[in-house]
Amino acid sequence: MQAAVFTNLALGLVLAPLLSGIINRTKAAVAGRKGQPLLQAYFDIYKNLRKGAVYSTTASWLFRAGPVVGLAAAVAALCIVPASGSAAALAFAGDLVLFAYVLGLARFFTVLAALDTGSSFEGMGASREVFFAALAEPALLAGLATVARKTGTLSLTEMISTASANSPELVLVLAALGIVFLCENCRIPFDDPTTHLELTMIHEVMVLDHSGPDFAFIQYGAALKAWVLGSLIVGILLPAFSSSRPLMLACFVGAMFLLAVTVGLIESGMARLRLLRVPQLLAAASALSVFAFMLVVR
Amino acid sequence: MSLLLLSLAVIIAGGCAALFAWNKPGLAGCIGAGGTVLGCALGIIPALAVLLQGTTRSLRCAWSMPCGSFIIELDALSAFFLLPVFMLSALAAVYGGRYLLKYKEIKRLGFVWFCYAVLVASMALVCVAANAVLFLLAWEAMALSSFFLVAFENEKSTVRRASWIYMVATHLGTACLLPMFLLFGSRAGSLDFDRFAGCLPPQLTGICFVLALIGFGTKAGIIPFHVWLPEAHPAAPSHVSALMSGIMIKTGIYGIIRTLTFLGTPPLWWGWLVLAAGIVSGVLGVVYALAQHDLKGLLAYHSVENIGIIMMGLGVGMIGWSAGMPAVAILGMAGGLFHVLNHALFKGLLFLGAGAVYQASHTREIDLLGGLIRKMPVTACCFLIGAIAISGLPPLNGFISEFLIYLASLRGATAMDADVAIPLFLAVGSLALIGGLAAACFAKAFGIVFLGEPRSQEAAHAGEAKPLMLVPMLVLAAACIAVGFLGMVAVPALSGAVSDILGFNAAPELKAAAGCLRSITIVSVALLLLIALAAWLRRVLLSGRRVESAVTWDCGYSAPTARMQYSASSFAQPITALFRSVLRTSEHAPAVQEYFPEAGSFETHTPDACFEKAYRPLFEGLRRLCGRCVVLQHGNIHLYVLYIVITLVGLLAWQMR
Amino acid sequence: MIEFIEILLMLLILFDLALLGVSRLKTCITISSLQGMLLGIFTVLAHTQGLTLRIALIAAAAFVLKGFLFPRLLGRSIREASVSLELEPYIGYIPSVIAGLALLGASLWLGAKLPLSSAIGIPLVVPAALMTFFTGLFLIIARKNALTQCLGYIIVENGIYIIGVASVVEIPMLVELGILLDASVAVLVMGVAIYHINREFDHIETDRLDTLKG
Repeated sequence: MQAAVFTNLALGLVLAPLLSGIINRTKAAVAGRKGQPLLQAYFDIYKNLRKGAVYSTTASWLFRAGPVVGLAAAVAALCIVPASGSAAALAFAGDLVLFAYVLGLARFFTVLAALDTGSSFEGMGASREVFFAALAEPALLAGLATVARKTGTLSLTEMISTASANSPELVLVLAALGIVFLCENCRIPFDDPTTHLELTMIHEVMVLDHSGPDFAFIQYGAALKAWVLGSLIVGILLPAFSSSRPLMLACFVGAMFLLAVTVGLIESGMARLRLLRVPQLLAAASALSVFAFMLVVR
Repeated sequence: MSLLLLSLAVIIAGGCAALFAWNKPGLAGCIGAGGTVLGCALGIIPALAVLLQGTTRSLRCAWSMPCGSFIIELDALSAFFLLPVFMLSALAAVYGGRYLLKYKEIKRLGFVWFCYAVLVASMALVCVAANAVLFLLAWEAMALSSFFLVAFENEKSTVRRASWIYMVATHLGTACLLPMFLLFGSRAGSLDFDRFAGCLPPQLTGICFVLALIGFGTKAGIIPFHVWLPEAHPAAPSHVSALMSGIMIKTGIYGIIRTLTFLGTPPLWWGWLVLAAGIVSGVLGVVYALAQHDLKGLLAYHSVENIGIIMMGLGVGMIGWSAGMPAVAILGMAGGLFHVLNHALFKGLLFLGAGAVYQASHTREIDLLGGLIRKMPVTACCFLIGAIAISGLPPLNGFISEFLIYLASLRGATAMDADVAIPLFLAVGSLALIGGLAAACFAKAFGIVFLGEPRSQEAAHAGEAKPLMLVPMLVLAAACIAVGFLGMVAVPALSGAVSDILGFNAAPELKAAAGCLRSITIVSVALLLLIALAAWLRRVLLSGRRVESAVTWDCGYSAPTARMQYSASSFAQPITALFRSVLRTSEHAPAVQEYFPEAGSFETHTPDACFEKAYRPLFEGLRRLCGRCVVLQHGNIHLYVLYIVITLVGLLAWQMR
Repeated sequence: MIEFIEILLMLLILFDLALLGVSRLKTCITISSLQGMLLGIFTVLAHTQGLTLRIALIAAAAFVLKGFLFPRLLGRSIREASVSLELEPYIGYIPSVIAGLALLGASLWLGAKLPLSSAIGIPLVVPAALMTFFTGLFLIIARKNALTQCLGYIIVENGIYIIGVASVVEIPMLVELGILLDASVAVLVMGVAIYHINREFDHIETDRLDTLKG
C-alpha cells in the first residue's frame, strides 16, 4: 500500500515534464519535422533553476509567492489523485472537491502574481484565465459527480477503482473531462502554447515577467497539473483490471503517454478557437456532463 | 441567562451614555465602543456555554404588553447565531472607534454610537426572542437603528436615496411577517414561539413558509428581494457595513430557520424553492459583483452571493430532510449554518479592509486605486486572506462550509431518485460556477486595488491604517485561518444547532463528516509545508546569484504609464459580456470623429436590472396612483375635519346594521 | 443489441444538443444529415428480428432522403441564395444549450410518464424522439434564418419518425412515406422560395420579411 503510494508520487514527480515533450514530438512528427528532444522540458527547468532572477520594480512579495504556491498546490493535488489503479496518498469522501479547489488556489495565486506586475498584457492573460477557469470548474465537478453517481462513491480512489469506460455515459464524461484537460492545461483549442504574440497568449503571457528559479517552478507546476488531470482521465478510462502492480504501472504510464499523443494529434489537427467560441466549448463540456448524469439517473 | 440580559443592558447603557456625551466626540466613541465591547464579552459567555453543553435556557418575565410576553430562550440555534453577533460587533466597535474620529468635526458621534448600540442589542434580542411581539419589536428596532446608521452621511443625495430604499424594503419585508405571525398566533392561541410548533394545518403551512421566505428573505437579501442591499451597504460607514453584511442580513436566515422549526418536516417543493432561490442569488450575485466599479458595492453584491450559498445549503438540507435522507439533511443544514459564521468572519474582514482603503485614498472607485500593497501592507495581507476565504479556496474557512454543502449535495445526488438527485446535481454545478466566478471577482478586487502601480494621486499617497483599525482586521484574519484549519473541531460543535432544526440527533453524522475535514486539514497542513519547502528552495537557489530589478516587460513601448494597466472593468469584461443578457450593462462611448482625436472616453454602468425593470416601474405606477389621490389632500384643516366626521358617521352607520 | 441501440439514441440526442449549440449553418446541415443516416441504421437495428422488405425500404428511404437528399438540397439553397452562414439566433447559443438540457429533462420525465411504451422495449426511444421533436421546434422558434426553419421541420420530422418506427410496425409504411413526401416537398418549395425571396430582397431573415404584410 505504502509502496504503491510512493511509486505513484515518484512517477508523477519524475515523469510529468515528459508529457509536454511527447506532445511536441507528436506535433513535429505530424508536421514532418524532427522536433525538439523528448526531454526538452527537463532541460528548460534545469536551465532556469541555475539562473539568477530579474524582478519588476512594480512587483511586490505576491509576485514571488505566486510560483511557490502554484508548485506547492500542484504537488498537493498529486497527493489526492490516485494513479495506476492504486489508492491516492490521501483518500476520503468528497476529495474530488478538494482536488478541484486546490488547483483553484494555484490559479488564484498565478493570476495575482500576473496582476502584480501592472502590465496590461499580463492583466489580459489573467482575465482570460479566470474566465475560462470559471466555466471549466462546473464541467469538471459535474463530470466527477456523474462518475460518483455511476460508481456510488465519493472518493476519487474508489471511483477510479470501480469505474470502467465501457458504459456510454462515462464516455460522455470522459469527453467533458478531456475538454477541461485541454482548457486547464492551456492547449489548443483554448490557448496556443507556441504563439509568439503577447496579445494572443493566455497562460504564457501571465508568467511573462517570471525568470530563473521562479519560472522553473511555474514550468514544473504546469507539468504536474497536466499530469494530475491526465491521471484522472486515465484512471476513469482504465479500470484496475489486474492485481499485478508492474503490469498496472506499465499500462498507466502507457496510457498517459497515449493521452499526450492524442493531445498532440488534436493540436496538429485544429486551430485555436476564437475567444468568442471558447465559452461555447466549455458550456458544451458542462452540457455533456449534465447529459451523462441524466442518463445515469433515469 | 442573567448574564445575557446584563450584556444587553451594558450595551444599551453604553449607547445612552454616548448619547449624553454628544459634545465630546472622542469620549462618546470611547464610551460607545467600550460599552459594546464589554457587553459583547459578557454575552458571548452564555452563548458559548449553551453551544457546548447543548442545554436550553429560557427566561420569562411579566410584561404589560397586549398579546406579548417577555420570553427569551437561548437554545443551541440561537446561541450559534449569537456567536458572530457578539464577536463581530465587538471588533467592528473597536474599528469604528478609530474610523469615526475622522468625522468628529462634522458629525454628532454620540447619536451614531447610540444607534450602533441599539443595533447590536436588537440583533442579539432577535436571536433569542421567543415571543412574536418581542421578536417584531426587536426586528423593528434593528431596522430603525440601521436606517439611521445607513443615513450617516445624509448630506449626500445618494446616501439619502439608499437609506430610503432600505427603509421601504425592510418594511415591505416586515409587512409579510405580520400576517405570518398572526396566522400562527390565531391557530396556536398565543404568540409565544413554544406554542407555534405543529399548530398549523397542512394547507396553511405552505402559505406561512412563502410569507416567511419573502419577509425574512428581504432582510437576508435573496434575489429578487435584494435591491436595497447594494444600495445601503456601500452607503453606511464601513464598520456598520461590516455589521450589516456580516450579521444583520443573517437574522433573515435565522428567521427562516426558526420558522422551519415551527412547521415540521417540509414537503419537497419547499426545498426546491429554497435551493432555486439560493442558486439564482448565488450566481447573479457574483455576476453583478463582477460588474461593479465600487469596492463596497462589489462586496455588497458578494453578500447576495453568499446568502445564496447559505440558502443552497438550507435548500439541500431541506430536500434531504423531506426525502428521508438524514445524512443529506444534516450536512446541508450544517454547511448552511457554518457558512453563516464564516461569512460573518470574512465579509466583516473585507468590509473593514475596504473602509481602511477608503479612508486612506478617499475613493471607493476600484479603477482609481492600485499598488496599495506597498502603502498598506498589513491591510493588504488581511484583505488577501479575506479574499481567499470568500472565494472558497482551501485552506481557509470559506472552503470548509462550501465543502459541507458539496458533500451533502453529492451524497444526495449519488443515492437518490431523479426528482431529488437532479436538483442536488445542479447545486453541485452551480456551486462550482459560483466558486470560479467568485475567485475571478476577488482576483479582480484584490489585484486591481492592491497590486500594480497606483492609478491616481490619491492612491499614490495613501498610508497604512491606524493600529486600532488594524487589530480587528488581524483578529478576523486569524479567525478565518483558525476555522479553516480546525474545521474538524468546529463542525461537530454545530450538532446542537442542527439537531434543534431537524429534531433528530445530528451528532453522529457530523462526527463522520469531521473525519473528512480532518483529511482536509492534513492536506492543508501539507500544503503549507510544501509552500515553506518551495520557498526555502527558492531562497537557497537564489542565494549568491544575481537578483536584479527592472521595469515590467513593456513589449518595447518606451513610455508606459500607470493608466495603461489593465483596469477592473477590462479584467471582468469577458465574463460580463457572457452574462450581458442578465446584466444589461449600458455603455457610453462617444464615436471618434477625426483621425487624431484628442480625448476619448468610455463608460459602463450596470444598474441592478431587478430594480430598474421590476421595482422602479412598480413604484412609479404606485406613485402615479397616489398622485391621483392628491385631490383629497388640500392642506385645509376644515376639509380634514370634514373627512373625520364623514368617516365617523360612516363607521357608526356600518355598526348600526 | 439493446446497448447498441441505446448508444445510437444517445448519439441522436447528442446531435440534437449540438444543433442547439452550433453557430454555423453548414455544420447544422451536416449534423442533420448525420442524424438522418443514424435514423436509417436505427430502423434496421430496431427490427433485426422481423426485418421485412417494407422496413428495409423505409430504412433505405430514410437513409438516402434524410442523409443525403435533404442536406444536398439545403446546401444548394445556401449556394444559390448566398445565404448568410451564421444562424442569427434570437436566443443565444449557450442559453439554447441550457434550454436543450431542460427539454431533455422534460423529455425523460415525459417518456417515463406517457403511455407510449415502445414496441421494441428500449426505454430511451420515447425520450429521444421527444427530444428531437422539441429541438426541431426550438430551432424554428429561436433562429431567424429562413433555412433554419426548414432545417427545424426536418428535425421535427425525425422525431416523429423515431416514434413511428419504434411504436407501431404496421402502420408506418403509409404514414412514413406520407411524411417523407411532405418533408421533401417542403424542402423543395422552401429552396425555391428562398431563392426567390433572396433575389427580391437580398436577405432571407424572417424577422425582416414582416414588411411583406400589406
